[in-house]
Amino acid sequence: MPEKTFKRNDLLKGDYIFRLCTLLFASVILVILVVIVWQMTKESLPAIRKFRWDFLVSSDWNPVDGKFGALPYIYGSVVSSILAIIIATPLGVATALFITEISSRRIGRVISSLVELLAAIPSVIYGLWGIFVMAPWLQQTIQPWLSDHLGSIPFFAGAPYGVSMMAGALILSIMILPIIAAISWEVILAVPQSQREAAIALGATKWEMIRISVLPYAKSGILGAVILGLGRAIGETMAVTMVIGNNPQISLSLLAPAYTMPSVIANEFAEATSTLHYSALMEIGLLLLGITLLVNIFARLLIASISRKQKGGVH
Amino acid sequence: MTPKVQIENLSVHFSKTEAVKSVNMDVDENSVTAIIGPSGCGKSTLLRSINRMHDLVSGAKVSGKVLLDGESIYEKNVDPVLIRRKIGMVFQKPNPFPAMSIYDNVVAGYKLNNRIKKREADEIVESCLKRVALWDEVKDRLKTSAMDLSGGQQQRLCIARTIAIQPEVILMDEPCSALDPIATYKIEELIDELQERYTIIIVTHNMQQAARVSDITAFMYLGEMVECGPTSKIFTTPENKQTEDYITGRFG
Ligand SMILES: Nc1ncnc2c1ncn2[C@@H]1O[C@H](COP(=O)(O)OP(=O)(O)OP(=O)(O)O)[C@@H](O)[C@H]1O
Ligand SMILES: [Mg+2]
Repeated sequence: MPEKTFKRNDLLKGDYIFRLCTLLFASVILVILVVIVWQMTKESLPAIRKFRWDFLVSSDWNPVDGKFGALPYIYGSVVSSILAIIIATPLGVATALFITEISSRRIGRVISSLVELLAAIPSVIYGLWGIFVMAPWLQQTIQPWLSDHLGSIPFFAGAPYGVSMMAGALILSIMILPIIAAISWEVILAVPQSQREAAIALGATKWEMIRISVLPYAKSGILGAVILGLGRAIGETMAVTMVIGNNPQISLSLLAPAYTMPSVIANEFAEATSTLHYSALMEIGLLLLGITLLVNIFARLLIASISRKQKGGVH
Repeated sequence: MTPKVQIENLSVHFSKTEAVKSVNMDVDENSVTAIIGPSGCGKSTLLRSINRMHDLVSGAKVSGKVLLDGESIYEKNVDPVLIRRKIGMVFQKPNPFPAMSIYDNVVAGYKLNNRIKKREADEIVESCLKRVALWDEVKDRLKTSAMDLSGGQQQRLCIARTIAIQPEVILMDEPCSALDPIATYKIEELIDELQERYTIIIVTHNMQQAARVSDITAFMYLGEMVECGPTSKIFTTPENKQTEDYITGRFG
């Protein structure tokens, strides 16, 4: 009589246990996230109850009087991050295009590993360089010039401090450049050769080929890269704290110091003795967490939908 | 009269392999030339060397000459971009620009070289789509994505995009291999019509297709041009034994 070889045997149980374990470990991550959100919400409740929406729209932050309005920090974070994106996106995409479309393979590899190296530098190093080299340099060269010649424009009004919104945005843009470049690079590499050939065969020059076939094809992936960079910029703490001046004011001028959400948390957590102060910092943290999570999820969905599209459809 | 395209002693190397071995071939104006041969024999490589597509491939080395109207296209002072505007190419897989509408696809190449007004663009789109017999099928949805078209329609769109730049020679690399018999038939009809204005060189794996559409047939084997002559002669009384075997399907 033949053996029934298809019957489950005990050996397969090992596989079952293994799967259970990996599932368990994977869910730990989710549990941690849920616990963090839950606890932060709980700790922020006093501030949420007391200030309601005022917390988001008031710019009065005075721990001594028990007044907490987060607008200057929200403003500082949003503006510095967006400025950083504006600076880093063209540079990052240009780097990616240079590596994929223009340079020889060997030079491309050197540049891309340099870019990756840039991403590995600890953020405090950027801060150190920013505060001792970049900020004084800005203060002595660029900023006085801007203030003298373009001072009538609100963006460049005021005295050159060095440490400023401008310094913060510049440091951030250097820090997110590797993300934008690396992801754009991958997205551009995934553009089918047939798309490039289509353009070239129509008599396109290299730049025209990039313009009519490579960039449109890679567009949404690059957008994903930019949003991921935005997420990183919003959450970045150390380097920005060191160069942005940490002054909770809302000023249009890029030369004026500013303050960001992560910076205020880092600067004040140790001295937050009153419940309300502590709770207000927690609420800023919760906001920050919410923004970065949303931005990241959005970026990843975008990138994922493109790679699906490229695998599935487009001939 | 000098031939439209002359290929003289053309060889193409990829790092170590020699994909095309000193091929000689003349192509007359307003003729259709079919290149046939087993897979990997160098048909695409030969075709792509006629409009300098190998410039894109690092490691590809072309030696010998290709002349367009008697002028060598591989000289140092020749701009390959200008060559490709005169020698268009249609690929095996339809490759419309997915981010563009049908309309924009047709004028994509034309717009590179000319500033055009809307009226002029409209005319070009209509006339090119009519010539590839696609106009009636898409005239109501010109602004929709080119990816919504069927494979055969996409391929005709790619041909329309190519003729919109008014080339003199059109290279086609197995333009029907991704298409069903009806779409294939339409493209073959189109080739017949295009012949009046253009010089066409087509690579195909389909013997009947070569017999139907071409005036001249060239048989390649292992990178060499084995035989090249009038299609009727190649298909009835080929001089070479290998050609005969390949055409009658006794190859291998
Ligand atoms: N980009 C390339 N790099 C290296 N080798 C290549 C490249 N393109 C083609 N070859 C080689 O050149 C030879 C000829 O290839 P080619 O594509 O011209 O063949 P083909 O006749 O068009 O075949 P098919 O009918 O399958 O399309 C093959 O051996 C192929 O491996
Ligand atoms: Mg081929």
